[in-house]
Amino acid sequence: MSSHDLHLEGAPFLKEQNAGLYEPAGSKSLGEATERSSKQNRAIAAEIPSWQDWRESARQIKQFAIANLDKLLVQFEERISARGATVLWAENAEQANRLVLDIAREHHVKTVVKGKSMVSEEMELNHTFEAAGIRAVETDLGEYIVQLAHQRPTHIVTPALHLSAEDVGKIFAERLGEPFSADHQHLTNVARRHLREEYLKADMGMSGVNFAVADTGTLVVVENEGNGGLSTSTPPIHVALMGIEKVLPSIYYLPVFLNLLGRSGTGQKLTTYTHLIHGATPGKKLYVIILDNGRTNVLADPATHAALHCIRCGACLNACPVYRRVGGWAYGWVYPGPIGSIVTPGLVGLKSAGKLPFASSLCGACQEVCPIKIDIPHQLVHLRHRAVNEPSPMNSLSERLTWKAWAWAMSGSKRYRLAMAAVRLGVRMAKFLPWHPGKLGAWTRGRELPRVPGPAFRKSWSRHRSQLDSHDRSDRT
Amino acid sequence: MITPANPTAPRQDDPPYQKGDPVALFIPCYIDQFYPGVGEATARLLTRHGVPVVFPEQQTCCGQPAFNSGYWEEARRVIHHFCDTFGDHRWIVSPSGSCTAMCRVFFGHVDPDRRVVGVGRRVFELTEFLVEILGVTDTGATFPHKTTLHIGCHTRRELGVVEPTLKLLQNVRGLTYCELPNMEECCGFGGTFSVKLAGTSLAMGQTKAENILASGADVVVSPDTSCLMHIDGILQRNPEMKHIRTKHIAEVLDAGVQ
Repeated sequence: MSSHDLHLEGAPFLKEQNAGLYEPAGSKSLGEATERSSKQNRAIAAEIPSWQDWRESARQIKQFAIANLDKLLVQFEERISARGATVLWAENAEQANRLVLDIAREHHVKTVVKGKSMVSEEMELNHTFEAAGIRAVETDLGEYIVQLAHQRPTHIVTPALHLSAEDVGKIFAERLGEPFSADHQHLTNVARRHLREEYLKADMGMSGVNFAVADTGTLVVVENEGNGGLSTSTPPIHVALMGIEKVLPSIYYLPVFLNLLGRSGTGQKLTTYTHLIHGATPGKKLYVIILDNGRTNVLADPATHAALHCIRCGACLNACPVYRRVGGWAYGWVYPGPIGSIVTPGLVGLKSAGKLPFASSLCGACQEVCPIKIDIPHQLVHLRHRAVNEPSPMNSLSERLTWKAWAWAMSGSKRYRLAMAAVRLGVRMAKFLPWHPGKLGAWTRGRELPRVPGPAFRKSWSRHRSQLDSHDRSDRT
Repeated sequence: MITPANPTAPRQDDPPYQKGDPVALFIPCYIDQFYPGVGEATARLLTRHGVPVVFPEQQTCCGQPAFNSGYWEEARRVIHHFCDTFGDHRWIVSPSGSCTAMCRVFFGHVDPDRRVVGVGRRVFELTEFLVEILGVTDTGATFPHKTTLHIGCHTRRELGVVEPTLKLLQNVRGLTYCELPNMEECCGFGGTFSVKLAGTSLAMGQTKAENILASGADVVVSPDTSCLMHIDGILQRNPEMKHIRTKHIAEVLDAGVQ
């Protein structure tokens, strides 16, 4: 595939140097909400004896699907096209935007209502619409709030997680001219009133796709607010956006994923609405745009294949102690959190996203909750290895030389003793230094250094050895 | 509690541990240099239970710092040195869950060579070795303090070693166990993460320190000295938390034994 990541309009966000990763600036609402979700997540999973079996099944099904993408996507296209849908293929975001725009122009679309779609975020579709003079309205409540506030989503499932009810009340007052309120029900009613009119006016509806089922040619869209159903069925045209990885071999496997997705995403047994769309409604148009946009780059690296198994439930974001503190924007692009640190380098390239795999303490909480058992921490270290060897902001000659010197010192016991003597001296002297440079300063910024003890373990080993033996003998008597 | 995703099993397909089989100690670099007491307690514990202990003096490091930083070529050199040092030993025991995980789980990522993977899978974390290999659950220790437990993430999730530590602590005389709120959450150390993203690491460490304070414990014990180095550094900075001491589990299991 060509190097289309340069055309990605979203990628420049990464140039903001991911500042929040270094100095956490996540909101309090986000920290609390994610912690709550994650606990609920674990509690629900613990109640289900077959949870681990479901995860393993899902992993194997996805593994099969990704290994057979070429056949399954074509099968999906054939089956859904036979029922009146038009399937279009896009290699990158630019092509996908053009396809959407062509459809909109052909049908003289002025207003679009949009159900939730991360692919649409990836494409920066709203910018495209705006530039073309088409009004696009996000209908997922979180997306709607974020759109009104001219922000980007901070979470892939709950886009406005960083905002409190007060914040939302202020946004509604400012942008919609509504009287201020922080009452949840009241705010929901306000959004509902405004959005209802939009559905009736809209010339085109859009949605994402949670699963594309190959054997039946079915689009599966799950949601909780009814907005997905209204966006896909009210206007005369429905355009569905999906990444190539969304395909499932058979509808027979769908229940496993619905069970896992609802519970992992929002702690529900099942989402409130599950739409199975088998083709175009008579008299209406259905378009399905299947997007690559760098996904085949992920496929090209066998060690990161499994990142394409992701069903975008957001459980790893909620579980991640780093995400909880830095929030979604710090990751610089559309997909934040642990899975984002794998997906983003895959989609936009390590050259711009090479820092992301380092934004993790490798604690593994993400993998533990992942419903598809994606080996996230192992993929992160793999991408770190690639990032220091390939063109990326982490590829640094000075750091390479430092590690080479370290490896030399650590592969001989004499050299080790010498190097360690220097480290001990450094730690001893540190308290006399007026300021601490580099990594030392990073440590002592909020932490004391360890006290340097007497002789190292190995130095006193022979002495202790004899004591140990006598201790041992006295014990046995 | 969710069971660990896929802990890598230690090598037990060989003849089981026979009384009198020697054990090679792997004392990781930072324990060797900054916490020699942990190494000594480990050696005493094993010796007391009839295990002949040897210390291969050529040993240095498991290679984890370079591995986690992406420098696998450099890590490989150190791992090969590790394998040369420990290659002849059937039983290798280390008082560090994190370094054990490096050997057992990650050696194969750096070098899939059978010998390298084989040596890595012969490394056991101390509490795991005591409980699962020796069958010891009471070390005869007395430690009359309010104590809470932090299990490092590599120990918990890569090795899946949680039960042995709990079992051993339960039988320590005089010990009052204080439940640590959100105990499964990472302390924020993460090796070079602690200095690469120091702000985030400290924010995580601060939460851990606050939870330790809230547990009411006077001592935090852990099978991972690396986490403790970070946690202790934060506790010592805070006047309200300064009184809380950090101890490796080997030191607690070795305390007050007659």
